[in-house]
Amino acid sequence: MSRVVLVTGGNRGIGLATAKRFQASGHQVAVTSRSGTGDDLDGLFVVKCDVTDSESVDAAVSEVEESLGPVEVLVSNAGITRDGLVLRMADDAFSEVLDANLTGGFRIARRVVKKMMRARWGRIVFVSSVVGLGGQAGQANYAASKAGITGLARSLAKEFAGRNITVNVVAPGPIDTDMLAALSDAQRTAMLDMVPIGRLGEPAEIAAAIEYLASEDAGFVTGTVLPIDGGLSMG
Amino acid sequence: MSDNFERFTNCAVDVLSVDADQVVLDATFESLDADSLDLVELVMALEEEFDVNVEEEELDGVLTIQAAYDLILSKL
Repeated sequence: MSRVVLVTGGNRGIGLATAKRFQASGHQVAVTSRSGTGDDLDGLFVVKCDVTDSESVDAAVSEVEESLGPVEVLVSNAGITRDGLVLRMADDAFSEVLDANLTGGFRIARRVVKKMMRARWGRIVFVSSVVGLGGQAGQANYAASKAGITGLARSLAKEFAGRNITVNVVAPGPIDTDMLAALSDAQRTAMLDMVPIGRLGEPAEIAAAIEYLASEDAGFVTGTVLPIDGGLSMG
Repeated sequence: MSDNFERFTNCAVDVLSVDADQVVLDATFESLDADSLDLVELVMALEEEFDVNVEEEELDGVLTIQAAYDLILSKL
């Protein structure tokens, strides 16, 4: 069954791989990006959206609804980093990351869930991170935002379970994306040393798990956090 | 039936998936199989329909169609 899928931050990395996978499975896929553009977005419906701005979120979702129909599957993936050690982290570096990664997920979920309620069917998948489970030196803001997603997702899962809407979280480990390319070689090596499988993950490996959680088959799975991290967390 | 109650009824029919003749003043939301989420959804639809604002705490104790209708009327 073809669904309307919305992937935030879908113009690159895990978001783009996820959008492409849903598209290949025959779904109608919209992606948001801050610029409203991105590479290699053939056939994807691209909308401009700043998840830190409720009006922008509303406008973007309205655009998707008008062109494709109500969003049935939401993949909340948009995220930013502003890494630094806590001692040198300014308030705004902390709050900006929380606002984008955590509150942004809240804004988009709140906007789409009403129509899912009416339809008595919906799937929401949040993209968190392994650092949300174990913490990460230099990423207190990012780790806090990603841990917060778990509480948000599980609360949504409970509020909307009676409407046949499932809400789940994937927690990727180190994945070969632009976000990771920003790390130094030493940081990458240190990270790989902690991964039993001994390599970086591919965005497509996260996309596959997200597609499962959004599928009809996963109707009894809700409020779960699925680490996809080469055994890093073994959570 | 007043015009306002007709608009109210249309919202209730739409949101709660009930028949119009079930939307009577002494009906409880429980009897209409409407839970707290349904009530919130109904109030959101009514806010839009009547262009009013209902605060979260005003929903306390709103258990019947009468109570919800009075609440909306008090805002007009």
